[in-house]
Amino acid sequence: MLQTALQEIETAAELKKIISENENVMVCCGRMGPMCIPVYEAMEELEEDREDVKFFTMAFDSPEANIIREDPSCLGFMGLPFTMYYKKGEVAHATSSIQSMEKIKAVLNDKFGK
Amino acid sequence: MDEVFDVMILGAGAAGLTAGIYTSRAKFSTLILNEGPIGGQMVLTNEVANYPGVEKTTGYAMAGIMKKQAKEFGCKIKSNVKITEYDLGEKVKSVTLEDGRVFKAWSVILAPGGKSRTLNIPGEDKFRGSGISYCATCDGEFFTGKEIVVVGGGNSALEEAVALTKYVTKVTVVHQFDHFQAFEHAVREAQSNPKIEFIMESTLTEFTGNESLERVTIKNIPTEETYQYPAQGTFIFIGYSPNTSAFKGIVEMNEREEIITNSEMQTNLPGVFAAGDSIVKRYRQITTAVADGTIAALTAAEYVAKTKKEELVLN
Repeated sequence: MLQTALQEIETAAELKKIISENENVMVCCGRMGPMCIPVYEAMEELEEDREDVKFFTMAFDSPEANIIREDPSCLGFMGLPFTMYYKKGEVAHATSSIQSMEKIKAVLNDKFGK
Repeated sequence: MDEVFDVMILGAGAAGLTAGIYTSRAKFSTLILNEGPIGGQMVLTNEVANYPGVEKTTGYAMAGIMKKQAKEFGCKIKSNVKITEYDLGEKVKSVTLEDGRVFKAWSVILAPGGKSRTLNIPGEDKFRGSGISYCATCDGEFFTGKEIVVVGGGNSALEEAVALTKYVTKVTVVHQFDHFQAFEHAVREAQSNPKIEFIMESTLTEFTGNESLERVTIKNIPTEETYQYPAQGTFIFIGYSPNTSAFKGIVEMNEREEIITNSEMQTNLPGVFAAGDSIVKRYRQITTAVADGTIAALTAAEYVAKTKKEELVLN
């Protein structure tokens, strides 16, 4: 269980349902480690400003997170967290390792619009 | 006239949040402006087990409680802001944000903290997350069965090099000096590990590969000879640097760009104080940041009370 203020997705089925029901979804799949926490923090901040995007976490070590770990867009990823951006149910972008607020904002603006 | 806060704190790590708790509890109007996420380096500490009075927690949880405490006492906090201009030399100090907003205060506490150093060489951005890492605990398992390079010669570098041998087939430690800065026991442990090799007096100059990292370019510092070296991963542990570049030419700093303060956390500018990892000191711990923040807050409060009283007499 991740200790963040964001809502945590616990199953692959739940993730599929969320991305099918919401146009723009960002999911940070990680642990409570130094590379992941800054991304959660940035998402918590952004949750207040970006009502058009749904923000979630998923525990990297859960077997249910295979749906992200084994996604083709994560092939070659070698750093936590794996951060997924879904648009209309499809992967629009994915990043590996720590990301700054500026970089996350840039992806959100680019993939989901300002 | 625009609102003038009693105390403006720049930074929301352990030092900044502590200062905010103290000044706002003492009923000084307080604003914290923070360029990154709340908590600073503290949130990057997975387990905090030596903070007196707290049995065991995470840095993330501790930062969350400090933020809540500060807010409950009335402290205003704005995070992830970008400050573009500082005017700290006047009696009323001000900062300007990227979006044009200006915030003013009678006193300022600088608590910008520090960040992990990066090599800043070609390829570092490209391969971050696909071969380059700054956290062995986080990413070690992705390098199982691979040959990697560890950059650095301090305790973190050597301890993490040893930890990484659990996963990898070979670790090459590249260090810029002919000796290590790490404690003797850490050096001995690394040197006695058969999976670890050392390349001394050398530095990396480039990362190359296709989808993921494949090679690093190593430069021998005395001879200036460069050569390519196979590496499917590189872990960088070259210490921390203070986030003080914005204050260059504004407050006095030493050659390591750490802010110089006296024992009451005063800088060379009247009404400007500093606390936490960005000041000149030897030990950087949550406890020492909290202590600095407390002292800075109490000194700032005294300064504000005195300054406002003088203004009242003059007017």
